Amino acid sequence: MPKTIQEINEKIKSGKAVVVTAEEIIDIVHKKGAKRAAAEVDVVTTGTFGPMCSSGAYFNLGHTKPRIKIGGGTCTLNDVPCYTGLAAVDIFIGATALPDNDPRNAVFPGAFKYGGGHVIEDLVAGKSVRLKATAYGTNCYPRRELDTWISLKDMNEAVLFNPRNCYQNYNVAVNLSDKVIYTYMGRLQPRLGNANYCSAGQLSPLLNDPYYKTIGIGTRIFLGGGEGYIVWNGTQHNPSVKRGDNGVPRAGAGTLAVIGDLKQMSPAWLKGASFTGYGCTLTVGIGIPIPLLNEEIAQYTAVRDEDIYAPVVDYSKGYPELIPGAIAEVSYAQLKSGFITIEGKKIPTGGISSYSKAREIARLLKERILAGRFLLTQPVAPLPSVESGITFKTLNERPVKPK
Amino acid sequence: MQKKRIVLTFPPSLVGQPITYHLVKDYDLMLNILRATVTPNEQGRLVVELSGQRKQLDDGIAYLKALGVEVQSLAQDIKWHEEKCTHCTACIPACPTHALSVDRTTMEVSFSKEQCIACELCISVCPYRALEVLI
Repeated sequence: MPKTIQEINEKIKSGKAVVVTAEEIIDIVHKKGAKRAAAEVDVVTTGTFGPMCSSGAYFNLGHTKPRIKIGGGTCTLNDVPCYTGLAAVDIFIGATALPDNDPRNAVFPGAFKYGGGHVIEDLVAGKSVRLKATAYGTNCYPRRELDTWISLKDMNEAVLFNPRNCYQNYNVAVNLSDKVIYTYMGRLQPRLGNANYCSAGQLSPLLNDPYYKTIGIGTRIFLGGGEGYIVWNGTQHNPSVKRGDNGVPRAGAGTLAVIGDLKQMSPAWLKGASFTGYGCTLTVGIGIPIPLLNEEIAQYTAVRDEDIYAPVVDYSKGYPELIPGAIAEVSYAQLKSGFITIEGKKIPTGGISSYSKAREIARLLKERILAGRFLLTQPVAPLPSVESGITFKTLNERPVKPK
Repeated sequence: MQKKRIVLTFPPSLVGQPITYHLVKDYDLMLNILRATVTPNEQGRLVVELSGQRKQLDDGIAYLKALGVEVQSLAQDIKWHEEKCTHCTACIPACPTHALSVDRTTMEVSFSKEQCIACELCISVCPYRALEVLI
């Protein structure tokens, strides 16, 4: 019999809810069938922990005396530039921002030791960071310079706001050229020397709800160790990609925009990351509960690594030149075994997303729900799914004539 | 028979001399070169595994030191900071000796100092800088 989220929440409050992780549900559905699983289990918890570049945070710093209007001026946190095109003391820092004096790839491959993601990690760890700002001065905001230490507890609001997280599936990156290359998927050795992948597979949130039937706008989630919400589909949300018979996309598809109070979060689940030759980013931990409202949803959550396929893409030419097409398709079961075979060659695999941390997130979220500390929410609007017809456009460049 | 993995740093004045030959000939040591950077007139660096009788190993190393070669134990060369590691496994295909390995059940990474040859290939691959060269 179908359940409602309200009924599940009543069970959570009375300590009677049955909660399992996206790994544990696999055997349950396999042994008992989806119908019984849906009747017996209320919630399946998922998790993922990987670098997510479209992440950042905005802050209200509090007003200085006399006042300064950083809006329209400049601002850095530990020398990492922040976006200031907002009100007087509201700033935004992006995960990939770099100090002006970072050598970047001047001596290739650059190390990218410290960037926006690291600033976010330091703040969440309770550290003070150096805030420097300049302003042009106005009658109501006369001050022109600011140089101070600041920590999260000094700020009014500190909000993690990530325009694109939680990719539903992803490319497996390889290098077909004769030279080593440095990418956001790690260092790729020439002639198929290694294959790097980036998804929690059977634990990944959107792979357990392939058509976004329960995960939607307004869904409460585990975000960076605290609580957050899904606020929109993520950028590049692309539900219309090729899918398997099980509904699971066979390439990068859906994405999520998420938000949450940074002050609640933990450096264990928000980590600055440096990709040699590529840049800085933020590794984000996300866990999403899936209410088993009916048999169909139970069946989706039973998806296994061997049923999830990812395209193998050449990052020496295919990816940078935007040439569509995959060299092969491999399953996450193969990827996680440590080797895949392409064109008869045995290729060692490396992860960019941590499966063991994803498992820990799913377990933590399960514990929070079982303890009655985390209730489920009814989405206020669905995410665009297959029927939306939304596809992912490339940029159509139009020539600019010199004046 | 004993084995010792060491890092040898040669001053420019010694780069032209056949020191490894003497280790083999005079001290009866087996010498396996794991990594080498030698440029004439500059400093040379050699990562080697020496095998031989205990006394001859000690004498061989004493001979190197007397010549002015800096001798460091290799075991201390690479440090895995477990608390920084997220177990993403990005380092796994980079490690040629499987000193870094994954338990495929827990999907957790571990580091075996004994197998590490300090090739340093893992250093720049770790996004969290959990691997460090200690020199």
